[in-house]
Amino acid sequence: MLELKNITKTFFPGTVNEKVALNDVSITLNDGDFVTIIGGNGAGKSTMLNAIAGVWRPDCGQILIDGVDVTHLPEHKRAKYLGRVFQDPMMGTAKDMEIEENLALALRRGKRRGLRWRITRAEREQYRELLAGLDLGLETRMTAKVGLLSGGQRQAVTLLMATLKTPKLLLLDEHTAALDPKTAAKVLELTDQIIAEKKLTAMMVTHNMKDAIVHGNRLIMMHNGRIIFDVSGVEKKNLTVETLLEKFSQSSGEEFANDRALLN
Amino acid sequence: MAFFDWLGALPGAAAQGIIWGIMAIGVYITYKILDVADLTVDGSICTGGAVCAVLVTSGVNVWVALAVATVAGILCGLLTGFFHTFMGIPAILAGILTQLILWSVNLKIMGQANLAVPSRAFKVLIAASRVPKSLLVLAGFMIVLIAVLYWFFGTEMGASLRATGSNIQMSRAQGINTELNKIFGLALSNGVVALSGALLTQYQGFADINMGRGAIVIGLASVIIGEAVTARFAKNFAVKLLGVILGGVIYYFVYQTVVFLGLDTDLLKMLSAIVVAIFLAVPYWKKRYFSNPKKKEEKRDA
Repeated sequence: MLELKNITKTFFPGTVNEKVALNDVSITLNDGDFVTIIGGNGAGKSTMLNAIAGVWRPDCGQILIDGVDVTHLPEHKRAKYLGRVFQDPMMGTAKDMEIEENLALALRRGKRRGLRWRITRAEREQYRELLAGLDLGLETRMTAKVGLLSGGQRQAVTLLMATLKTPKLLLLDEHTAALDPKTAAKVLELTDQIIAEKKLTAMMVTHNMKDAIVHGNRLIMMHNGRIIFDVSGVEKKNLTVETLLEKFSQSSGEEFANDRALLN
Repeated sequence: MAFFDWLGALPGAAAQGIIWGIMAIGVYITYKILDVADLTVDGSICTGGAVCAVLVTSGVNVWVALAVATVAGILCGLLTGFFHTFMGIPAILAGILTQLILWSVNLKIMGQANLAVPSRAFKVLIAASRVPKSLLVLAGFMIVLIAVLYWFFGTEMGASLRATGSNIQMSRAQGINTELNKIFGLALSNGVVALSGALLTQYQGFADINMGRGAIVIGLASVIIGEAVTARFAKNFAVKLLGVILGGVIYYFVYQTVVFLGLDTDLLKMLSAIVVAIFLAVPYWKKRYFSNPKKKEEKRDA
């Protein structure tokens, strides 16, 4: 499904700020894998997702989606394979546009945008149903500007947008981190539901170890731009936060230095 | 007596206001929709005027002249877009570079700094000597332009352009070619601006190398005035565009009034710039000095 082969990325090479963000990362995802990714700050979690999304090109290595080499495809051309939700709830939607306009933009991901009207009546009905499914009352506010919504509402809409046209791979970059705990739980529940319904392959970065254990069928831990721990199946199900921390110090030779992850 | 002179000058001011309002719609496309400050307009309005003047004076049909002038403006926008996207130059600087290039180009097009297109000698659509007819023609241009833009920004392509201006990261994530859209938006905008330049040349009876100086400020002023006037009821995009034209007309009414009050016309550009500066500062001031939602919440909690 997804193959990363020896991806390396160094930011600000040759300066005092030089930072090896990804160090020879290789991973293969199978169809239907739901991978949770944890690691401290600067471990390379978001960087890996950005490499897949094509925000910039890696220094070396290869990225294949369903056997297609996308390493040199620009971000907007790769978008047809990917659904993305970002940490910042403001980032996934266009605030000056209506809810239904945002959804209509997302439905056309990977298609040519021509001079047809931007939204059809049939689509509207589809959006109304999907929004009603969120249970946030948005189905009656479809022509409201997205900028009027709360962070949680915007994140829920972004999640809909990311999966409206079924992506080959769903990338979730700490998409609940900026939400209050109750809203975060709700968005996470919705995430599980959509991934299960559409049988999506997904990668979810999280700071929350418990979430990383509870969700998905596979767990990856990253440190200093490398994958230091990769576990799936029954072994993953039986993980506890304690064993994860132990694994971390074993593999990295350091204590897990991230209060946010520990406190959760 | 002076009052009636002033009253008599208003229709002419309205005509000029509509012409500059059309120009301001070009500015609206870049500044408001695409979120790019494009300074190309100071040059491209003159390019439109110069092309129109040269063609009309050499006997070309005025409609053809208008079309060619618009295409010339589109090319100006393409150049700025090329500087901005392909060469990675910040938008403001890209616009300034094109503007400077156009100064030379415009002189070469006209062959001199000023080219007369007297309405007595040539067949033109509008002229300051025929204000009522000009107003009708300009109203026609205004309606067609607003209708076309309303349709375009309602299409898939137009919506992707609006998305590019509203949230560029999201646009890329949704598969929109944002670089191409910026180029397209700049081209569209400068096409509209050049069209207004061609109309202005016919109306005033000449094209001049300096006719575009400060156009961006007049454009911004019209956009801002138009927004202020129509803010209450302008939900519809067409109404917003109409508001921009209205902004241009109000700008020229004020201009005319100030002139009649005997103000030194040399000072007008400075005054326009100051007014625009203040209006641009208002949202910033509001955010910085008048709203502090966090503090309020803390108080409520305490």
